[in-house]
Amino acid sequence: MTSSLRKTEQDMLDRRQFMKRAAGLCAGAAGAAGVSWIASSDAPVRHAAEKIYTLPTFGAEGTIHPRLAIVHGADPVTMVKAAVDRMGGITRFIKPGEKVVIKPNVAWDRLPEQAANTNPLVVAAVVQLVMEARPSSVVVTDVSLNDPLRCFDRSGIRQAAEQAGAKVWIPGANDFRSANLDGELLKVWPVSRAFLEADRVINIPMVKHHSLCGSSLAQKNWYGILGGRRNQLHQNIHTSIADLAGAMRPTLTVMDATRSLMANGPTGGSLNDVKVFDTIIAGTDEVAIDSYSMGLLGADPATVEFMEMSQKRGLGVIDWRSAGFVEFSV
Amino acid sequence: MSKDKREPVTLKNIRRIWSVFFVALFLFFFFSADFSRMKGYQVGLFLQADPLVWLAGLLTGWTVYTGMALALFIIVPTLFLGRFFCSWICPLGIMNQWISRLWPGRRRAEDYSMNEYRPLFRLKYYILAALLALAAMGSLQIGLLDPIALIHRSFIISVGPAADLGLGVIYQRPQLFLGGALIGALFIALILANRHSPRFWCRALCPLGAMLGVISLGSVYRIRRDVDKCTDCNKCLRGCQGACDPQGALRIAECHVCMNCIDDCPEDALTFGVPEERSSIHAPLDVNRRRLMETAVAAAALYPIMKSSLTGETTAQAAVIRPPGSLAEPDFLRRCIKCAMCMRACPTNVLQPALLEAGFEGLWTPVLINQIGWCESHCVMCGQVCPTGAIMPLTVQQRAGTPGKAPPMKLGTAFYDRGRCLPWAMNVECIVCEEVCPTSPKAIWFEVKEITNRDGSTRKLKMPYVDPKLCIGCGICENKCPVRDKAAIRVTSVGETRSKTNQMLLGK
Ligand code: SF4
Ligand code: SF4
Ligand code: SF4
Repeated sequence: MTSSLRKTEQDMLDRRQFMKRAAGLCAGAAGAAGVSWIASSDAPVRHAAEKIYTLPTFGAEGTIHPRLAIVHGADPVTMVKAAVDRMGGITRFIKPGEKVVIKPNVAWDRLPEQAANTNPLVVAAVVQLVMEARPSSVVVTDVSLNDPLRCFDRSGIRQAAEQAGAKVWIPGANDFRSANLDGELLKVWPVSRAFLEADRVINIPMVKHHSLCGSSLAQKNWYGILGGRRNQLHQNIHTSIADLAGAMRPTLTVMDATRSLMANGPTGGSLNDVKVFDTIIAGTDEVAIDSYSMGLLGADPATVEFMEMSQKRGLGVIDWRSAGFVEFSV
Repeated sequence: MSKDKREPVTLKNIRRIWSVFFVALFLFFFFSADFSRMKGYQVGLFLQADPLVWLAGLLTGWTVYTGMALALFIIVPTLFLGRFFCSWICPLGIMNQWISRLWPGRRRAEDYSMNEYRPLFRLKYYILAALLALAAMGSLQIGLLDPIALIHRSFIISVGPAADLGLGVIYQRPQLFLGGALIGALFIALILANRHSPRFWCRALCPLGAMLGVISLGSVYRIRRDVDKCTDCNKCLRGCQGACDPQGALRIAECHVCMNCIDDCPEDALTFGVPEERSSIHAPLDVNRRRLMETAVAAAALYPIMKSSLTGETTAQAAVIRPPGSLAEPDFLRRCIKCAMCMRACPTNVLQPALLEAGFEGLWTPVLINQIGWCESHCVMCGQVCPTGAIMPLTVQQRAGTPGKAPPMKLGTAFYDRGRCLPWAMNVECIVCEEVCPTSPKAIWFEVKEITNRDGSTRKLKMPYVDPKLCIGCGICENKCPVRDKAAIRVTSVGETRSKTNQMLLGK
């Protein structure tokens, strides 16, 4: 009797347990069905849609000024100031509170005297001048080819920029955003965040020799905004340079021709390849600036493919004398 | 005096402060050992002060390399005070100790048995014997299990890069390491072993612990138990880090001098000091001499076997490209302790822990893998941080050479794979390799050739060549070549400055 009673109790317990378990299974099945309904898709893997940025135009207002100011002298600070003053002064280019990004050429782990990177004195001179316009921030940045920390330190550019009041910013692996360059060859490429977030951009390239395309000047300097496998650009370097120059329209360009690398470029390494010109070319026409600079390297700009492409696309004029220029010494 | 009132300034608490300090110091050095942060810090301090590295290096290289005399600061005090290093200084031991606390579910009674001595703990003496026998023969394998080398390697190659995926502040860029998962898995296994018994590594495996244990055999200062006061409650076992039987006949070689037992004893029967009249006797070293000899002989027998295998030492190996300033391969293997400091300091991540490329002896020694990075032509960081001199510290001048006087350091030579090179194989313009070549004049030069396209039209193309006399083997061409998976220009070790035999050209 007792045993059968116990058995019944146990049966009941089992039944209750059974009901519970059945309910659980139903809930599980419904859940699985729900998940597969909600998550059903043609795509085997789900990825967040990538945002594609576009590069703003940073160009300066006003056309009454000369488009080129060629200044000879020994002191970069006075030269840069004099050049920019003749073009309407720094306040023409930069308004108070703006975010300014400065792009020197800091591609290589080289010392200042080896002339493989922009002269740190010129970087300091530009930063100093920009500070006068009371921007909200001044960032000096580049995408180096050698190890970036070594490049910025050994080129003297970190120290020069920081002492003049700018912040040096080296993009990390996650600091590139896809941007549509809308070129003939270059479409969507990873671009350093700094350039997408800036109000104004100043290009400070230098004059140097480059084996593949003859020279590395202002327009070529925009290689340094790209991440990714930009070494593929060599396969059609002229179109790439013209595409980049079209996508990236800076507020102002200050070409450093204080000393130039005449051979074994763009890395250099030997002081024998360095030639002193003591010249700064500021301007708003990168094609004209490059054209003048090629003259320093002894090249004929009219025969250079990317120059012709850029001129055709209306980015500037090869005949720099026709651009409206001033030339003087300080 | 009864232990009811808790005294703050006990030896145990002083030890705790030091242990936190030394772990913090280790982490600081780990964080600081790169180009932008080093600023003269002695980042290899722990490795330089490591007695086992000192002894094994002495056996293989017959020198006490610069800075390694620091090991005396550990050895000499150990002679008098015992194995204090293990619970006061050793970052691996202290971390093991902290991690052991993560399994708190044990009952109190069980706690005691966790800290009982086990015969398994003899294993470390056999490991030590095997490693030292090998070292005496001339093969330095100490780094595989030396705790200081091991924790540096584990942090630099696996723990650090993994943590940095979230933090992003330790390294300049996300790091990739060859076989990093293996080194990480071994480290995790070692951590999990604490579940078997606390500080399993230190008690059963650590060759440095074994060595310090042997050195401490004659120490005068040690834990002493007053047999009159002791009630045999065994409470001293509760926190005993070394599992060294403080409740019975103390095993001095096992004792980590953590001082926990002194605080745990309710009767005040334990002290640290010289023997008194009523002090208990101590147990001798628990090893089987026969077994010890057997292991040593077996290890020594490994030596001729290793020396008759195909390795970077016996035959030049294309992939064994060593960092600038490295000793010639046989000497390199006599010095390198696989600590990975060089890999920490390298700005480009090119230095990688070898798997079997350099033979079994060369496991985890640094080789350059140019697909990951390249050697910066004016960098000398790895030689600055190498504690053993396997990579000699160079000045930038020594490395880069002086034109016309001293040639630059050469790591190997670059070769074109014309079947993959874009201009050579596909009529596509490129010469990125030439652009990035850092020598002056560039080792990569080109010839302008007129080529015929498929459709019969012609055009001019720049065809690259390597000048083997100028090439320094830095590998930046290989790294930047757009043929990404297997570059069309690749460096192999031939022509390396450090080797007299791995050369191909007649004369200079
Ligand atoms: S010298 Fe070369 S291998 Fe050594 S740390 Fe510098 S870049 Fe790395
Ligand atoms: S070569 Fe590298 S891994 Fe070997 S001892 Fe020197 S720093 Fe450590
Ligand atoms: S970078 Fe590579 S593909 Fe291009 S030319 Fe050099 S070896 Fe050939």
